[in-house]
Amino acid sequence: MAPRDDGIGASVRRKEDFRFLTGRGMYTDDINRPGQLSAYILRSPYPHAELVRIDTSKAAQAKGVVAVFTGADMAKDNVGGLPCGWLIKFKDGSPMKEPPHPPLAQGRVRYVGDQVAVVIAETREAARDAAELIDVEYKPLPAIATIDDAIKPGAAQIWDIAPGNTCYDWELGDKGAVDTAFKKAHKVAKIELVNNRLIPNAMEPRAALGDFDPASGDYTLYTTSQNPHVIRLLMGAFVLHIPESKLRVFAPDVGGGFGSKIYHYAEEAIVTWAAGKVKRPVKWTADRSESFMSDAHGRDHVTRAELALDKDGKFLALRVSTLANLGAYLSTFSTCIPTYLYATLLAGVYTTPAIYCEVRAVFTNTVPVDAYRGAGRPEATYLLERLVDVAARETNMDRVEIRRRNFIPNDAFPYQTPVALQYDSGNYHATLDQALKAADWAGFEKRRAEAKARGKLRGIGVSTYIEACGIAPSNIAGALGARAGLFETAEVRVHPTGTVTVFTGCHSHGQGHETTYAQLVAEGLGIPIENVEVVHGDTAKIPFGMGTYGSRSLAVGGTAIVKAMDKVIKKGKKIAAHLLEAAEADIEFKDGKFAVAGTDKSKAFGEISLAAYVPHNYPLEELEPGLDETAFYDPKNFTFPAGCHIAEVEVDPDTGVTQLVKFTAVDDVGRVINPMIVEGQVHGGVAQGIGQALLERCVYDSNGQLLSGSMMDYTMPRADDLPPISVATHTTLCTHNPLGVKGCGEVGSIGSPPAVINAIVDALSPLGVRDISMPATPQRVWQAIQGAQTRQAAE
Amino acid sequence: MPNVSLTVNGKPASADVDNRTLLVQMLREKLGLTGTHVGCDTSQCGACVVHINGRSVKSCTVLAVQCAGADVMTVEGLAPDGKLHPLQEAFRDNHGLQCGFCTPGMLMSALDLLKNNPNPNEHQVRHWLEGNLCRCTGYQNIVKSILAAAATMRGGRAAAE
Repeated sequence: MAPRDDGIGASVRRKEDFRFLTGRGMYTDDINRPGQLSAYILRSPYPHAELVRIDTSKAAQAKGVVAVFTGADMAKDNVGGLPCGWLIKFKDGSPMKEPPHPPLAQGRVRYVGDQVAVVIAETREAARDAAELIDVEYKPLPAIATIDDAIKPGAAQIWDIAPGNTCYDWELGDKGAVDTAFKKAHKVAKIELVNNRLIPNAMEPRAALGDFDPASGDYTLYTTSQNPHVIRLLMGAFVLHIPESKLRVFAPDVGGGFGSKIYHYAEEAIVTWAAGKVKRPVKWTADRSESFMSDAHGRDHVTRAELALDKDGKFLALRVSTLANLGAYLSTFSTCIPTYLYATLLAGVYTTPAIYCEVRAVFTNTVPVDAYRGAGRPEATYLLERLVDVAARETNMDRVEIRRRNFIPNDAFPYQTPVALQYDSGNYHATLDQALKAADWAGFEKRRAEAKARGKLRGIGVSTYIEACGIAPSNIAGALGARAGLFETAEVRVHPTGTVTVFTGCHSHGQGHETTYAQLVAEGLGIPIENVEVVHGDTAKIPFGMGTYGSRSLAVGGTAIVKAMDKVIKKGKKIAAHLLEAAEADIEFKDGKFAVAGTDKSKAFGEISLAAYVPHNYPLEELEPGLDETAFYDPKNFTFPAGCHIAEVEVDPDTGVTQLVKFTAVDDVGRVINPMIVEGQVHGGVAQGIGQALLERCVYDSNGQLLSGSMMDYTMPRADDLPPISVATHTTLCTHNPLGVKGCGEVGSIGSPPAVINAIVDALSPLGVRDISMPATPQRVWQAIQGAQTRQAAE
Repeated sequence: MPNVSLTVNGKPASADVDNRTLLVQMLREKLGLTGTHVGCDTSQCGACVVHINGRSVKSCTVLAVQCAGADVMTVEGLAPDGKLHPLQEAFRDNHGLQCGFCTPGMLMSALDLLKNNPNPNEHQVRHWLEGNLCRCTGYQNIVKSILAAAATMRGGRAAAE
C-alpha cells in the first residue's frame, strides 16, 4: 500500500494555520470576561533596596481603582512563595540555598522589575495612572549586577542564607581520574569563555487573566503557559492553596515560548488571588518593556575549560569550571539548567573517557535566569566545540579530522558517557559527511581566496553536537533532585461514529502538535486526518500533563498517544472478535479494519466504535461499553538528537561587519513525522543560535540597571540579518520509544552558535586572532582585528 | 470621550475612545478585532500592521482619533468570505508561520509590498520585512511564502488581463 499523504512522514499542511492566518487565533490577551478589571504591577526601579514604606492610600482613591494590594496583603492571606522545582546539592551533599520568592516583594526588592504592588482598576489606563500615586520609600542597598561582582570578597549579600551569594557549588564526574589523565597529557587545550545572557522575547508578551466564581468557589486562570497542569499544581498547592479540583488553568493559543513560558510567574498568582479578593475577573498583560524585566532570562555562564590530548589527538580528559548566574530569585527550573542539563552533555559526541565539571551558581540583582531554547545544552556545546577547535590548532590537526578521530563509533551504542548519560543511537560520521558535502567544505579554500581578492576575510566553522531531550525517567530525575514527574499523558477518545479527539498534556505554541499528533493518530487508527482533533492546554479537559519543554512533545507526548491508541486497538479487537464470532487472537488490525486473519471477514473502525457506544450486540459481561483510553508514559531514557552544523562567514576588516553567507544543518532527530514542520523548527532554532552568536546580549550596567531593556536596545534577528539556512536530516532511530523519534525543537539553537563563532575565528586566524566573544558584533570583531594588527606590528 | 467613526474591512464602525487610545487598542478592545496583535511598545515588532487608506501602517503608532473617516483593513478583512487570500494560502503551503502571533502583521506588511512590487526578489523581501519581527521561523519560510504568493498573484493578474 502506498504511504498515506496524511500519515507519518508526510509534510501535511498544518491544521492550526487557518485560524492564525485569518486573525482568529485566541491568545490570552484576546480573552475578555464579563466585568473584567485590569491589573497594573508597580515594579521596583532599584536593583536592591529596602522597602521602608509603601503608601497606597492616594492610589486606592483614584478614579476607576477597585483595589491596591502589596506584599503585606498577600502575607495576611498566607500566600506562599513561588517554588523551585529542582533541588541541587553542594559538593558536600548539603542542599542548595533556597530563598523565599514572594509574588509581591516583602521588605526588600532584589532586581529592577521586582513586583512591589498591584493596582486593580476598571481600565488599564486607570490602573497605570493610579500606580504613579503609590508612594514607596526605598532605601537603596549596594547591588550586584554580574557574576564577577557576586563572587568578589566582601561583595554585598543578596540573601542572608547564601554566603558569598552562592546558591550551590556542585560537581559531576571523576576528579581523580581527570587529574591523572592531565598528568599524562601530550598537549592541553585551554579556553575561557562567556555564554552571553539572552532575553527570550517570544513575540507574544506574557499575559494572565484570573477569574473567580463566587457561586462555586472555582478559580480559572487563563495564561500564556507551556505547561498549564504544572502551573495548576505549583500555584494551587504551594502559592494560593487552592485544590486542583477548584482550579482550572487554561493556556489557549500561546505566541511562542522557547522556555520562557514554562515557569510559574508571580503575575499568575497575583491575578488569580486578586480575582478572588475583588470577586471580578482580573487581567494583566505585559508591555514588552515589562517582559524584558520580568520574563526569565537565559544562559549567562562564565567558564574555564581544559582538554587533555594524547599525541594522536585523542581526547584523554576534560576539566570544566563554570560560574552560572541565577538572578535574584530561583525561577522554577533554574537550578537544574547549569547542572543536570549542562554538565551531563560535556561528553558531546566524543569518547573522552574522563570528565569533571564543577559549577558554582550565584545570586545577582538581576531578573531570574532559567531555561531558554536548549537550556544548558547550548552552553555545553558552545564550550566543547570551541575547545575542540582550539585543540585542533594546538595539535596542528585538521578541525574535521580531530572530530572524526574522537567520535563515538557507530558500533559503540548503547554508549555510556562518564557524565551519567547513556546514548542509545547515533551516527556522527554520517551527519558530518553529509554536512561537509552540502556545505562544499572541500571547495572552501577557493572561496576564501576569491574573497581575499575582494579584500574580505572568509571563514568556515563546524560544530558536531549532541543534545539530550525528553528528560526522564521520573525516578532517576527524582533521585537527582527533581521535584516533579517527567512523564506525559494522553487520552484518545473515540466517538461513536469513529471520529477521534486526542487530549494531550503537551502544549503547542508554534510547534504544530495539532497536525503532527493528528498524523500519528490518522496513521495508527487508519482514519482520515480530518477525523482527528487534538486538544491541548486546558486542565478542565485533559487528564494531566507535564507540558512542552526540552523537545519532549513527540518523544514523550507522542509516545503517550501511541500507548493510548494501543489500548483502543486492543479493546477494539475484543469487540471485533465478539461481532465476527472469532477468537480475539485471530483478529488483526490494519488500515482501519479489524479483520479475522486469513478470511475476508472484517469490521471497519467506525463499526467497532458504534458497537462500543450502542452495545446491543456486545460482550457486556466481559467488557465495558465505550472506547476512550488514557495512557501515562514515563520514558526509560532521554533521547539523543545529534548532528553537524556548518557556518560560512565573510568579515569586512575595515568595519568588522560579519556577513553570514551560508548555514548548513544536518540533524539526526530520529524518525521524522512531518518533514515540513521539522525543517521549520530547525530554521527557528538556528535563527536564535545565530542571534546569540552575532546579535543578542542582555546588558546590565554596574549598578544593576537593565540597559538592553527594549526592542530598541536588544538586537533581535531580523529577516535581513539571516542567511538562507540549508536543512537536511539523517535518521538513526531512537531505540526506546515505539516511534523511534528524538526531538527537533532545540537542535538549531544548540549546534549553531559554535559553528558561527568558529567560522569567524577561522576568518580572522590569518591575522592571528584566536578568540572572539558572543555576540560577535562589528565593534568586537573590529577591535579584535585592530588588536591583532597592533600585536603583529609590534612583533 | 471623542467618538471615532471609520470604515473597517469595508464596514462602518465607530467607538468612543480616549484621546490617548491607539488605533490598535480601538481595533482590539472596542471593535473586537483581536487578529491585530501587540508585540512591543517601541514600534519595533510589526505584529500590529494594518492598512490605512491602502498603506501598511503600524497601528500602535497611530492614535484612534487620527483615523476618523479612514478606510482601515485588518487581517480579518483578508478572507472575508472564508476563502483564503493567495498570500494566506502561500503562508500555509510554505509553513510561513508557527505560533501565529506575528503572522497578521507579516501578512498585512507583505500585501503592501506585493501591491507596490509584484515581482520582488529575495533580498527585497527580506529588506521590506525589516519592520516585522518573528521569533519562530527564522524568516526563511516567510520569505518563501511571500515569493510564492507573488508568483501566484502575478499569474492571477496575467490570467485576468
